[in-house]
Amino acid sequence: MDYFFQQLINGLVLGSIYGLIAIGYTMVYGIVGMINFAHGDIFMIGGFIALITFLILVSIGLTFIPVILLLVLLVAMAVTALYGWTVERIAYRPLRQSFRLAPMLSAIGMSFVLSNFAQVSQGARVKPVPPIITGGYTLHDSGNFAVQLSNVQIVVVVTTVVLLAAFTYIVSRTRFGRDMRACEQDQTMAALLGVDVDRTISMTFVIGAALAAVAGMMYLLYYGLVDFFMGFIAGIKAFTAAVLGGIGSLPGAMLGGLAIGLIETFWSAYFSVEYKDVAAFSILIIVLIFMPTGLLGRPEVEKV
Amino acid sequence: MAVPAPHPASAEPTAGFGFILKKAVISALVALVLFFLMIGIRTEAGSSGQLIYWTRFGELAAIVGAVFVGSIVIELLRRWIGPVGGVELPASVRGGFAVLGRLLAPALLIFALLVPVIFYKERYLLDLAILVMTYVMLGWGLNIVVGLAGLLDLGYVAFYAVGAYSYALLAQSGLPLPHLTDAFPYVAFSMEQLGPWAFWVLLPVSGLLAALWGVILGFPVLRLRGDYLAIVTLAFGEIIRLVILNWQDLTGGPNGISGIPRPTVFGIPLTPGEHGFAAMIGVPFSPTHRLVFLFYLILALALITNWVTIRLRRLPIGRAWEAMREDEVACRALGINITTTKLSAFAIGAMFGGFAGAFFATRQGFISPESFSFQESALVLAIVVLGGMGSQLGVALAAIAMIGGFELFRGLDQFRMLVFGGVMVLLMIWRPRGLIGHRAPTVFLQKRTEISASLVKEGHG
Repeated sequence: MDYFFQQLINGLVLGSIYGLIAIGYTMVYGIVGMINFAHGDIFMIGGFIALITFLILVSIGLTFIPVILLLVLLVAMAVTALYGWTVERIAYRPLRQSFRLAPMLSAIGMSFVLSNFAQVSQGARVKPVPPIITGGYTLHDSGNFAVQLSNVQIVVVVTTVVLLAAFTYIVSRTRFGRDMRACEQDQTMAALLGVDVDRTISMTFVIGAALAAVAGMMYLLYYGLVDFFMGFIAGIKAFTAAVLGGIGSLPGAMLGGLAIGLIETFWSAYFSVEYKDVAAFSILIIVLIFMPTGLLGRPEVEKV
Repeated sequence: MAVPAPHPASAEPTAGFGFILKKAVISALVALVLFFLMIGIRTEAGSSGQLIYWTRFGELAAIVGAVFVGSIVIELLRRWIGPVGGVELPASVRGGFAVLGRLLAPALLIFALLVPVIFYKERYLLDLAILVMTYVMLGWGLNIVVGLAGLLDLGYVAFYAVGAYSYALLAQSGLPLPHLTDAFPYVAFSMEQLGPWAFWVLLPVSGLLAALWGVILGFPVLRLRGDYLAIVTLAFGEIIRLVILNWQDLTGGPNGISGIPRPTVFGIPLTPGEHGFAAMIGVPFSPTHRLVFLFYLILALALITNWVTIRLRRLPIGRAWEAMREDEVACRALGINITTTKLSAFAIGAMFGGFAGAFFATRQGFISPESFSFQESALVLAIVVLGGMGSQLGVALAAIAMIGGFELFRGLDQFRMLVFGGVMVLLMIWRPRGLIGHRAPTVFLQKRTEISASLVKEGHG
């Protein structure tokens, strides 16, 4: 039982990271109806920015960890958000009126560009960092197995919850959130009513990228490494999470992220580590067979 | 979706040089923020595992400067050339292009047939030609699923992998199931009994196995549409790759399979011995013979794919595919069985992928999961879309352009994928509907005419 609870904690932490990335996919899908394949690589760039900022801050003599983490978080969010904005401006905006496959391939091309940009500019080798947040609590000790809750895990989950609360507030209570939901429903009508559609879409990419940057930083804190290829696998799994939750649905993205995180963790714990991704993908396929629009997705209305 | 975006050039028709300068400064500032950390600072794991970093502000300044100048140049060019697509060619020129367009396909075919003759001395070019033809075949195979049936498949490489591994495993060890052969000794025959015919027997077997997997994939996704279908096919491709990577007993895992039997000219091996092909026809042995044979083999396979596609488009099943792409609801209302239509598209597309896979295995003599990554799927899909979804000639041209272009960038070394991705983005922005902008409809009323590609739907699946 203790082992089960330990895996539950690990799964929820991993799921929070996937959920943060998945929100970016689902937001972009909701508003422009395209799969933003470059989003996983935005997450990877976020991890790199966090790593480099951390290195600089430490080398200029800052030692108080919470201040360092806060600064790293802010810089990573700001710079990665600019990456998200630039990608949308260069690769997607010219294709907005175009047919469905063109922006998707443009996104795949952009994903190659970003991951290879990181490879060329920062080298192909894995970048390890020493544990930044150490320590933790023992929740329960049955003698042969102790349930551990590390401080890193607390930081990851708390950051995710705080950001989600802020994000939910933005989407449901602010002017921008209303614009965003309006564009999601009907862009022409929203434009007629004075919503700046271009700006709203840009802001959607900016927010998605900022959340991905947080996920990248959490990944760095939790696993202690970044490499240029991590965006692909994490991106596919986060997208799987978004689809599992019902693409276009924001709570669905978080739910799907947690589900994928839990499936992966439990599968590695009880069955085999090698096939954890196979398990996650298989469950995606099985869920979609029975619920073709995901867990919380709206059923598609067929107009004839 | 349908908001007309104001054209950047028409929005500020009279803006002067100050505007261009302002835009360039903003671009340079954005570039500075983007690249300050990623290019200005270089990190690396030091000898003791500790991360070290050093600065590269020279490179940073160069790149920001390049963005500044590039922005001015692009803006000036935009002024100078004017809005894209505003150029109307005179009728005589367009007529000339039409004639050229009609002659292009036969000319390409004749050229392809002559490639081994022209480049007999250039091993590298022959190898490249074989590679290009493999992608032409994969593109034509995927074109059945994406271009004709309108089903977006992001995991096509899975069938390529199934074909390659089917051939490699069966050719090496016969039925690789020891328990089965213990229980049923009469099925335990070794492929060595096939001898030099192994490739020719196993080629159709590999194709059929891939088709079977196409049906296995197709079955659960019958009800899915659009991007749900895309992600499930992607997941399927990853599952196949991960299983190949981890099932070490069967597939050798990341080490792959080596020593895969080479193809024979219908039973005659391409070896230097006295039973070899060279001795048989009485010419001195040369390793180039194999390349020439492989080239004609893949050319034949690709042309079979093309021919089958063209014929299928005239059959009820092909028309059902295209009808399904245009409007699935109307299709169902007219009594077309969507299940068989979708499954047959997946199966036939997968079968050609399987053939290409078996060819790939026999050409390389070695396969490993690395050759079957998502990048391959994306590349083949890019070929199909760039070729203009559904246009056979377009797919061939796109394959030549993409693979040939990729080889041209070989000198760029590590920047190759960077340039490749960038070119993909630019091509999509330049020609979102592909290189070939016209389609010849399969069904027509009185006169066979070409229609604009933008009239052809891309399907919901």
